Amino acid sequence: MHTNSVAQLIEGLRERQFSSVEVTQGFLDRIDALDGLYNSFISVDASAALHAAAAADKRLATGEAPPLTGIPIAHKDIFCTDGMRTSCGSRMLDNFVPPYDATVIQRFRAAGAVMLGKTNMDEFAMGSSNESSFYGPVRNPWDTGLVPGGSSGGSAAAVAAMLAPAATGTDTGGSIRQPAAFCGITGLKPTYGRVSRLGMVAFASSLDQAGPMAHSAQDCALLLNAMAGHDPLDSTSSCTDTEDYCNALDNNLQGLRIGLPDEYFGDGLDSATGECINGALRELEALGATLVQVSLPHSALTVPAYYIIAPAEASTNLSRYDGVRYGYRCPDPVDLHDLYTRTREQGFGDEVKRRILVGTYALSAGYYDAYYKKAQQVRRLIKQDFMNCFEQVDIIAGPTTPGPAFALGAKSDDPIAMYLEDVYTLAVNLAGLPGMSVPAGLVGDKPVGLQLIGRHFDESRLLNVAHRFQQATDWHLRRPESAAGPLTGGAA
Amino acid sequence: MSIEQNEIAKIAELARIRIAGEQIGQVTERIAEILQMVEQLQAVNTDNIEPMANPLDATQKLRPDIVTEENRRDAFQAIAPAVENGLYLVPKVIE
Repeated sequence: MHTNSVAQLIEGLRERQFSSVEVTQGFLDRIDALDGLYNSFISVDASAALHAAAAADKRLATGEAPPLTGIPIAHKDIFCTDGMRTSCGSRMLDNFVPPYDATVIQRFRAAGAVMLGKTNMDEFAMGSSNESSFYGPVRNPWDTGLVPGGSSGGSAAAVAAMLAPAATGTDTGGSIRQPAAFCGITGLKPTYGRVSRLGMVAFASSLDQAGPMAHSAQDCALLLNAMAGHDPLDSTSSCTDTEDYCNALDNNLQGLRIGLPDEYFGDGLDSATGECINGALRELEALGATLVQVSLPHSALTVPAYYIIAPAEASTNLSRYDGVRYGYRCPDPVDLHDLYTRTREQGFGDEVKRRILVGTYALSAGYYDAYYKKAQQVRRLIKQDFMNCFEQVDIIAGPTTPGPAFALGAKSDDPIAMYLEDVYTLAVNLAGLPGMSVPAGLVGDKPVGLQLIGRHFDESRLLNVAHRFQQATDWHLRRPESAAGPLTGGAA
Repeated sequence: MSIEQNEIAKIAELARIRIAGEQIGQVTERIAEILQMVEQLQAVNTDNIEPMANPLDATQKLRPDIVTEENRRDAFQAIAPAVENGLYLVPKVIE
């Protein structure tokens, strides 16, 4: 049963092939048996999950249950969950039990989904390897010596290892797409503002966006249907109409124009990864699409612009952690200044502190124009590049990452090498566009992700292209050997 | 762009983060590397380019100025490190 897609689980639950309690118990058993290997969950509340599953079974029996009723879903530990610890991967929030639900969580509850647990992540979503978590690194199910990517690495690993059929993630610079690529799953970062940020612990508010992570584009569409929509409690959430994201999945790709940016196929791209991407592009061509060479001339500036804007916003957002109202407080503070400075010294990890310091510097008197304002101007140039491309093409495609997953520890002491991991994904956040990663091949045993980038609010088209690609290929059906653990076949 | 240890100490004070004396050298080195990397931006001509704060150039939506929240003080204080009589406790500020 754990090998089923969300779409198959929905069908099975409605046809009474199995109950939500059975499905949920099956995934809980798998987490129990296998997550020692991956460390993909921070918190699991089995009794709450089974309680929700029993309630879902009652609703299903009435015949009037919303679409995701009874489907177990894992949530990144960045979404506030009423009564359940929300750590954001940090010592600062290790003891934080929110008194309310994030809008995303509320929407999943309303859609009938069962919360399986909270997944591991880089501290405050700052990282590309999941090594900055206070709860230890997550291991990649394809090879436990490799990183799963980050920051939504726990969600990606949990889905890849079939410990959950689907999960939520958040993406500020690639944090859904890069781990999806490294773990061989499908992930979607929606348009900025498509999904509410209320109750999602803030990193960089003009970049953060939540999205679905699952095995297929169809499953992502099912989750996005529950997640998307205006939230009056998030003033940056969009009022643009949502749609049924499953409606366009089967459209044919005849006449679709796909732009290939020169800058995404240059020297920085690992050659075996490039071959997988080229193979995927030929497949899309065979499905009727036309490949068009395009250019994003300001690509080289995305890493520097991002590493001003994101830390600047982070330094502002993270000033709320003061040891007074919630979260960690240092022991025996002698005065208020000591309370603030030692709480933040002990509560934050190295990378988080580094970004707060860079952001504070960029926003400080005398440097604002040279750094922050300059980066905001370059941000407009980067967005303009995409808008120019979208006059010629319907979507843009390329690699999600420069290469497949790297070894644990390989880049953890070199922040800049880590930042360059996101060289193809950062621009999408700066421009506020929707982006996806779709499994597109293997280099040895390591998955490779194809990135698809769309116009603002064109999620349906991305999902359509990804779905048609997945109808013609089986990369998204491959599963890591390590997940074929003691429970294979027999479980649930 | 190089940055000196005393500047890092000043920034850390502004950010209210204590940095232990023996770590300040390494922290300075790492941040200098990042500042050097972002220096590339200075070479770009951005004359007459409007800074972009929101990727959709959206402006803040306003709502009527009426109370919409209920008072949940007890729930919020229940998760605080130290409270007494409905007040958040911190070390003595005024002697």
